[in-house]
Amino acid sequence: MSFATMLKELLTGLATSFGIFALTLLFSLPLGLVVAFGRMSKNKIISAITQVYISIMRGTPLMLQLLVVFYGPYYMFGISLHPTYRFISVIIGFSLNYAAYFAEIYRGGIESIPKGQYEAAQVLCYTKSQCFGKIILPQVIKRITPAVTNEVITLIKDTSLAFTLSIPEMFTNAKAIAAAEKSMVAFVAAGIFYYIFNLVVATVMRKIEKSMEYYN
Amino acid sequence: MSVFEIKNARKSFGDLEVLKDISVSVEKGEIVSIIGPSGSGKSTFLRCATMLERLDGGTLTYSGHTVAEDKDGKAVYLKNNELRKYYSEFGLVFQNFNLFPHYNVMKNITDPLLTSKKATPKEAEEIGKKLLEKMGLSDKADYYPCQLSGGQQQRVSIARALAMNSNILFFDEPTSALDPELTGDILRVIKSLAAEKMTMVIVTHEIEFARSVSDRVIFMSDGVIVEEGAPDDVILNPKNERTKAFLKKFEEI
Repeated sequence: MSFATMLKELLTGLATSFGIFALTLLFSLPLGLVVAFGRMSKNKIISAITQVYISIMRGTPLMLQLLVVFYGPYYMFGISLHPTYRFISVIIGFSLNYAAYFAEIYRGGIESIPKGQYEAAQVLCYTKSQCFGKIILPQVIKRITPAVTNEVITLIKDTSLAFTLSIPEMFTNAKAIAAAEKSMVAFVAAGIFYYIFNLVVATVMRKIEKSMEYYN
Repeated sequence: MSVFEIKNARKSFGDLEVLKDISVSVEKGEIVSIIGPSGSGKSTFLRCATMLERLDGGTLTYSGHTVAEDKDGKAVYLKNNELRKYYSEFGLVFQNFNLFPHYNVMKNITDPLLTSKKATPKEAEEIGKKLLEKMGLSDKADYYPCQLSGGQQQRVSIARALAMNSNILFFDEPTSALDPELTGDILRVIKSLAAEKMTMVIVTHEIEFARSVSDRVIFMSDGVIVEEGAPDDVILNPKNERTKAFLKKFEEI
């Protein structure tokens, strides 16, 4: 295999890795907020259910969760799913897992906002949703960005776990090339690509952080 | 008709009875100061008066609109969506300002107007400009709260409360979080509002200020009103032993 072919294979994989990354963020960031609200709910049942959910998601391997999401419908309920479910189950697994982590980050951020902010908004006739959207959330986002950056960077590397379900993402492809060529080159190249991907994301996150540094 | 009236107010936190049968009525244009030792229930009174806390028992009325009624010794509030209308009856200036840190000075004043008063951006901006000028902060409109001194922040928060154009303004120890040299600024601002006959209820530790600015002084202790009356009577010639003991501590300093 020529070097160019290998790079092409890896870059095609990288596109898939990026797809997993972007879709996971798209679903898990909002879902995490919903889970955080559940966790903070005054309703004890809702709060207990979300606590168990978070505990399981954080307490078991993501690789195992991916396998359960993919094979579960067949082995537990006898449902045969369309081949596209392979990729969908990766997105479901990643989103459910990351939502649990994001939920705890959101909760920490929301609970760190002083009570006085809610009280000032109430006295100034903001409704509860106006208060959350205009006063609380912007401050929460500023506070949690460093923690979210950590998770986002971890997610880039975690996309390689999709290889468990034979999704042709970059790591899966690198492994196949390395086995066929009996060479480390593909791994090194993949490593460099992951690193660059991370560098770009970290830079973007740093920009976002900077854009909120005008107040403290 | 009184602008604000609270009758037979009772409030407990667990076993601790913080307010025991407090009744206060404030007329239009009147300035009432509440003094008393810490733990006397002044702050809880103010929080109940501004609906940040709910009374256990008693009635609460703004300009003739009853928002909480006493039914068999229990305070029954209007439903939340009804209650919302009456938040605009009063303004509150907090001890620690509670400005919105992500908004600049102007936006702190205009955003509530745009959000809850449905003012147009132009109207809001005009109100903001006028109030900042009044507070001597015209040059700070684009600053963020973290760039201001405590005294300046408190003046912004007063401007923010004034912008809502409420019937009555409550102050919760407005100078307690400030360096001593900055308290004068705030007291001057409150005095200027008093000169304009703004109806105000001020919880304060500034006894001399309370005496000079108020029409009436209320001395609270252990959740009850121990003594109330004209400032000179309560502060210079207190009749109750507890008032005397409290004021004596200030003289000793």
